[in-house]
Amino acid sequence: MTMTDTTMKPAAPTASPLQLVSRYGVFVAFLALLVLNIAVTPNFLSWQTLNVNLTQVATIVIVATGMTLVIATGGIDLSVGSLMAISGALAPMIFMGNLLPIDNMALAVTLAFIIPVLAAAACGWFNGFLVTHFRIQPIVATLVFFIAGRGIAQVMTNGNLQVFKNPSFQFIAMGHVAGIPAQVALMVVIAILAYCLIRYTVLGRQIIAVGGNEKAARLTGIPVRRVKTFVYVISGALAGIAGLIVVARNSASDANLVGMGMELDAIAAVAVGGSLLTGGRANIFGTLMGAFVIQLVRYTLLANGVPDAAALVVKAGLIIVAVFIQLRADRT
Amino acid sequence: MSAFLKSFAPKSSGDLARIGVMIALAALILFGALRYDYFLSPFNILSFLRYNSMFALIALGMAFVIITGGIDLSVGAVAALASVVSALLSPYSWYAGLAGGICAGLAVGLINGVVITRLRIQPFIATLAAMLAANGTALLLANNQSVSVSYDSGFTVIGQDDFLGFPIPAWIALGAYILGWIFLERSRSGRHVLAIGDGEHTAALMGLKVQRTLLGVYAFSGLLAGLAGVILASQFGAGQPTEGVGWELFAIASVVVGGTLLTGGSGSVGATLAGALLLGMVFNVLNFENGLGWISLSAYWQSVIRGLFLLVVVVLQARLTARSAT
Repeated sequence: MTMTDTTMKPAAPTASPLQLVSRYGVFVAFLALLVLNIAVTPNFLSWQTLNVNLTQVATIVIVATGMTLVIATGGIDLSVGSLMAISGALAPMIFMGNLLPIDNMALAVTLAFIIPVLAAAACGWFNGFLVTHFRIQPIVATLVFFIAGRGIAQVMTNGNLQVFKNPSFQFIAMGHVAGIPAQVALMVVIAILAYCLIRYTVLGRQIIAVGGNEKAARLTGIPVRRVKTFVYVISGALAGIAGLIVVARNSASDANLVGMGMELDAIAAVAVGGSLLTGGRANIFGTLMGAFVIQLVRYTLLANGVPDAAALVVKAGLIIVAVFIQLRADRT
Repeated sequence: MSAFLKSFAPKSSGDLARIGVMIALAALILFGALRYDYFLSPFNILSFLRYNSMFALIALGMAFVIITGGIDLSVGAVAALASVVSALLSPYSWYAGLAGGICAGLAVGLINGVVITRLRIQPFIATLAAMLAANGTALLLANNQSVSVSYDSGFTVIGQDDFLGFPIPAWIALGAYILGWIFLERSRSGRHVLAIGDGEHTAALMGLKVQRTLLGVYAFSGLLAGLAGVILASQFGAGQPTEGVGWELFAIASVVVGGTLLTGGSGSVGATLAGALLLGMVFNVLNFENGLGWISLSAYWQSVIRGLFLLVVVVLQARLTARSAT
């Protein structure tokens, strides 16, 4: 139904208005939201507001970065929310000694950072294995962990809330690096790394090529299976990191709630940010802006007394408009 | 009836998977009957049918959508929305509640269809957005809490009472499946649905009304989700704005387990029913295990096992498809 063969598109000497909107629409929307908020929302221009928005958007951006890579190969990852729950459940178990007794606290906290992310990455590898080895469609393959993943996290914790207070572990959410909240710094680093991966490395080119035309990519000797597995591993690992941030921020881990609905937010950020959901294109900066726009819309509505439920309806409209503009711009 | 049975005869890999689901269902029923004393008791069978009718209805709509090569992620949220609308209208009369719920579902289905066919937005995105919007609307209408239904108007009869010894929801689901089967296997429009899933472009070139058929399929899926929402509200005595989370995945799983390929172009109504029953039956068996204390399975294990089950089925399906392709 949708034509995504970008090679067929003639190079337009001048961009049409729609293409301009498509290219800079997210940016314009972001600026418009900023201006609107400065005019309407009380106390918008405050350190507090900036902090709230940046910390809330950090986890979405981190997960959406991985999602952008997966979507660039023409796949989708529905399991990210559940993988966040798994890593979020694992971390407190490690430094609280429920998993294995570790006397050295520094070692325990280090392991609490590493093991959950590795576990989430391993789940991502399994997703990739299903997609590449058995040729199961990504939406079905990742559906397995979407259903089972949260259950695994609940079984590990017996469904109990794990409450903790551990400043060195919670640094990832509460701490500051050069005055910037640690999770925001982490978000920026991850986004820059992903941008460089896409822009400057062979692997990045291969990811785009696989999404653009898998058969052609295979014929030109690109290791399609390895490239695809890689993006699912990265997506899993990033979801794992996001899970750590969420539980560290809450000082508690609730396997029933961590990462709930995150897959939708991440996919929406990618869509609003201008990456085609059929693959072949990855716009990390767009995803970042997409996540910011979604976060700002939610904040604008909430700060002005509109209920959270209405914000959902607005978000739905936003996704449709963004995707529609992209498709139209691509066709002209 | 023989044509109905014949539709399961193997012709391709999809058919092999369809036979697989029938055998698995039969094996599970046999296992349950041998292992548990009350597995085949009328009480268990009737409550099984009563509870699983909602899922079966949603799976039927999903089967049609998936046969056209699309997907409908909004069904769970639509059922929740419909349950709220029907609960709000139930004080007026039972049919106001019924009609309200169905219309709410149909409306979202039509919006999905229009967005997909007119704006040409991928079904995945369109229905994802509809899921958010329906969820938000349900919460707004219900004021963030569940809405109790009126017990005076007779609305609860739809979900809770029996007709000729069988639960009314089961009759509704049976009727929908018979209509769905006749439509897909015996009508021209049904052939069009299959043709569109096989190749939309080719179908359009052959002069089929692709847009109109797709619109109809999404409207049908929305309508059935609305009906499931009515049953939900009627059965539990309340409209539940937060219910329905994950129902779409249950429906997709039922369709996939039933051997319908997510790439579209083929599929069977009967096997979808078998898939929905099989998934429901797994839970029924797990509950028996729970009740008798053979293995003490917590509710958390259930979703793990559900995931494992889906894994086994999709891997087997992939294997079968690969073997018949070579």
